[in-house]
Amino acid sequence: MYKAYETGFRSQSLSFSERFWGISFSYVLLIVILAAIGIVMLYSAANGSWHPWAIRQAMRFGMGIAIMFVMAFMDVRIFLRYAYLFYFGVLLLLIAVEVCGHVGMGAQRWINLGFIKLQPSELMKIALVLALARYFNSTTLQSIESFKGIIPPLLLVIVPVSLVLIQPDLGTALMLLFSASAIFFVVGVQLWKFGIVILGGIISMPIAWHFLHTYQKNRVLTFLDPERDPLGAGYHIIQSKIALGSGGVFGKGFLNGTQSHLNFLPEKHTDFIFTMLSEEFGMIGAVFVILINFLIIAYSFVFALRSSSYFGKLMAIGLTTNYFLYVIINIAMVLGLLPVVGIPLPLISYGGTVIISVMTGFGIILAVNTNRNINIGKD
Amino acid sequence: MNRDNDKGKVLILRSLVLGGAQLFFLFLLVFRLYYLQVYQADKYKTLADENRISTRLLVPPRGIIYDRHENMLAGNEQNFQALMVAEQTTDVDETLSAFKKIMPLSEDEEKRIRKDLKRNRSFVPIKIKDNLSWEEATKILLNSPDLPGVFIDEGLSRYYPYGNIFAHVVGYVAAVDERDVKDDPLLEVPGFKIGKSGIERLYDKNLRGKAGNLKLEVNALGRVMKEIERVDGIAGERIDLSLDVRLQQKAYELLGEESGAVVMMNVNTGEVLAFASAPAFDPNMFANGLSVEEWETINTNERNPLLNKTVAGLYSPGSTFKMIVGLAALESGTINKQSRSFCAGKMTLGNHTFHCWKDWGHGYLDMVEALQHSCDIFFYEVAQNLGINKIADMARRFGLGEKTNIGIENEKSGLIPDTEWKIKRFGEPWQQGENVISGIGQGYILTTPIQLATMVSRIANGGYKINPTFKKLDKNEKIGAENMGLSRQNIEIVKQGMFDVVNAQGGTAMMAKFDFNGQKMAGKTGTTQVRRISMKERETGVLEQDETPWKYRNHALFVAYAPHDNPKYGVAVVVEHGGSGSSVAAPIGGKMLLEALKLDATDKPVD
Repeated sequence: MYKAYETGFRSQSLSFSERFWGISFSYVLLIVILAAIGIVMLYSAANGSWHPWAIRQAMRFGMGIAIMFVMAFMDVRIFLRYAYLFYFGVLLLLIAVEVCGHVGMGAQRWINLGFIKLQPSELMKIALVLALARYFNSTTLQSIESFKGIIPPLLLVIVPVSLVLIQPDLGTALMLLFSASAIFFVVGVQLWKFGIVILGGIISMPIAWHFLHTYQKNRVLTFLDPERDPLGAGYHIIQSKIALGSGGVFGKGFLNGTQSHLNFLPEKHTDFIFTMLSEEFGMIGAVFVILINFLIIAYSFVFALRSSSYFGKLMAIGLTTNYFLYVIINIAMVLGLLPVVGIPLPLISYGGTVIISVMTGFGIILAVNTNRNINIGKD
Repeated sequence: MNRDNDKGKVLILRSLVLGGAQLFFLFLLVFRLYYLQVYQADKYKTLADENRISTRLLVPPRGIIYDRHENMLAGNEQNFQALMVAEQTTDVDETLSAFKKIMPLSEDEEKRIRKDLKRNRSFVPIKIKDNLSWEEATKILLNSPDLPGVFIDEGLSRYYPYGNIFAHVVGYVAAVDERDVKDDPLLEVPGFKIGKSGIERLYDKNLRGKAGNLKLEVNALGRVMKEIERVDGIAGERIDLSLDVRLQQKAYELLGEESGAVVMMNVNTGEVLAFASAPAFDPNMFANGLSVEEWETINTNERNPLLNKTVAGLYSPGSTFKMIVGLAALESGTINKQSRSFCAGKMTLGNHTFHCWKDWGHGYLDMVEALQHSCDIFFYEVAQNLGINKIADMARRFGLGEKTNIGIENEKSGLIPDTEWKIKRFGEPWQQGENVISGIGQGYILTTPIQLATMVSRIANGGYKINPTFKKLDKNEKIGAENMGLSRQNIEIVKQGMFDVVNAQGGTAMMAKFDFNGQKMAGKTGTTQVRRISMKERETGVLEQDETPWKYRNHALFVAYAPHDNPKYGVAVVVEHGGSGSSVAAPIGGKMLLEALKLDATDKPVD
């Protein structure tokens, strides 16, 4: 069975057992370890109780595993076929959120489907990668390097980013922008074009500043100087650093984090869960989590580069970059290296939508790996 | 196809760059972790502890103040307050109305409770009512099923069992205000009280004790999670004063409704036995906070209860100054025991006439007789011959005109004038007439009762420079008082005069005399004018003292010691606007000394 895909390109779909044994179980194990750490930390966040977070997170992760396997069993060509349809569907949802969205967290981000509150911007992170992968799969390098050829994919990016921005959700908008930029980079858009965009960005920064909401301005200012408002906006980051630093090398022990359990650390079950982990398990625990993430990302790149299809490679790289952005932004944020933007640490922070989105991504990456010898045409 | 290959190659190359960059950035996070969790760990550990640990000061009990026989003059009384924790009650309004059924609350109190409830988090205890007695506290505890969230807290409040009579010595404690030096963290404790006057102020540091520490773990909202450590403080030191409750009570009893001061000292040690300024006030009111009306009553009283007349009341010594003038003259040799003068009732200097208090004069008399009859003319002449500077010098040797520094606040130094002072103060030379009136303790001279007590004690002990003190001395403690170097004989002349004032026929304090087992008193009266008697009044006849308005009446003074042959106790009495030293001040002084002798007799074991 193994030999079936060891021997060059093929066009017909894989059999069920080929698909099953094609799944990288070490990769799945890394994901499960991370999720398990998350559940244990949520148990601690509730002062040693499975309720209200740990148990629900476990259930959601179970759902996420199921979705991941469903995705992993897909023929990778299906993603190509429905890429645009999915993209435009999500785009419609984003517009729907604008029109009749549910107000939550001071910003319109959710759409209530009754059984689950859907966050279309989260789905857009996958849809955008798929749509761009399909677009670049079909064009030539010449077109990519030309001016005209770059306009359609730019539009694919700008429209959803603008919609997310007016929600307003600066964090997600930036993540979409960054993962799209990564794709533009790897497909071969000339570096000087990035240079021009970055320069333009710097020049227009004062104007953009003008359009930021007060709370967003505060976050940036507070990031630059946390002592500016130690009891208000700066409180989060100051308390986070105290919790981290006081954890030391070995940590204060499970359930013994004073900063977290005495509530000095805000949002300890969501955005600042990495801080709590570092307080209770010290630098050893923190480095361990970073190491697992390091391995997941390294594996993902290996899977991407091992794929024989351009579409598969690009899709896997895009989704990996997405995951990477979550991790780096969240950890850098709680370490005081970036402003507080409200990006959770996937699989560890409490929150359903992120689990679903990230697990879907992992499923697709696994599918890319399984289907690495499937030949995909330009359409 | 070639371009397609390039497209694939570009993708692989750039993917490697991107992947490498991502892994590198993840790796960089480890450095940041190292910086925070290893390099700066100590700093953040401290900050985390500062967050977590709330240190509260435990207020130590204040030291007790006793009189010389261990009677408590200032102590601590247990005091209860009712507190409520809002989150432990189902309905705040219901609990409050249940409380009101047991104990009424005024509208103001209820308003304050509501305000406190709104201002504090629901787990913070709110004061409902304080200064509760034990009975009231028990009543609340018995009804606790109806009062969920209400509990009783014990505290200590300062208590002065003798009320008014020690107000001017022991003083009182009150809340810290912005003028106090915040050199002790205890002063920052809400509700902490410090000594504001008297002994309470003088020995505040000793009485205060040392604060204990209570370390609590608190959460971000300030809720106490657990006790980490408790270090009990050190109670304040006890203070044993030289005062005697019984003599103090006697002094106030004798002063009655009068305005004045009594100071009694041990003439050999300087220990102050009675220290009374009347009228006084109740220091308990100050310790518990004074209402506006109470303050108004005290502050507007014509007899000024807040003024400590023992150290801050300034009085012309009048005839009680004659011992100083006499001693100065004897010491300088201008007169001796036999020198006699003639008193015709008045004497003329330039175009000014000086009168003796006895219109028709005393005739011929010597120093002892002059003191006995308190003849003014005799001392006018002595002072005129002596000059102010020699008198001033002698006055200062007896402690007049300078602070005793006994430690009671607002002490005045009084005034002993001399020629230099006159030039400095007025730019004019000293006048001969001013010598004359200084001879009878009038004019610029001002003294305080504590100075007069010191003066009479130094005369009584034969010229030893004892200083007044509130410290109780051990029985065998030597004070090593300096001999002032006066001739023993000269002092005996003056003391003979003082003995005759009380005990010889015609002495001015005859009505105060006593004989207690052969122990007798020696003293000197003084009556000082509050305003000058005009020529017209002299012609038409001076009004009797009880016919003049109170505030224009003469001050009555008396200084004395006893027993005359082996002096132990010295006393100074000033009765403001009392009328006459002989009839008002001397009886008080006599009874004080008699009481002291009687107590001394009962104190001593019979052998």
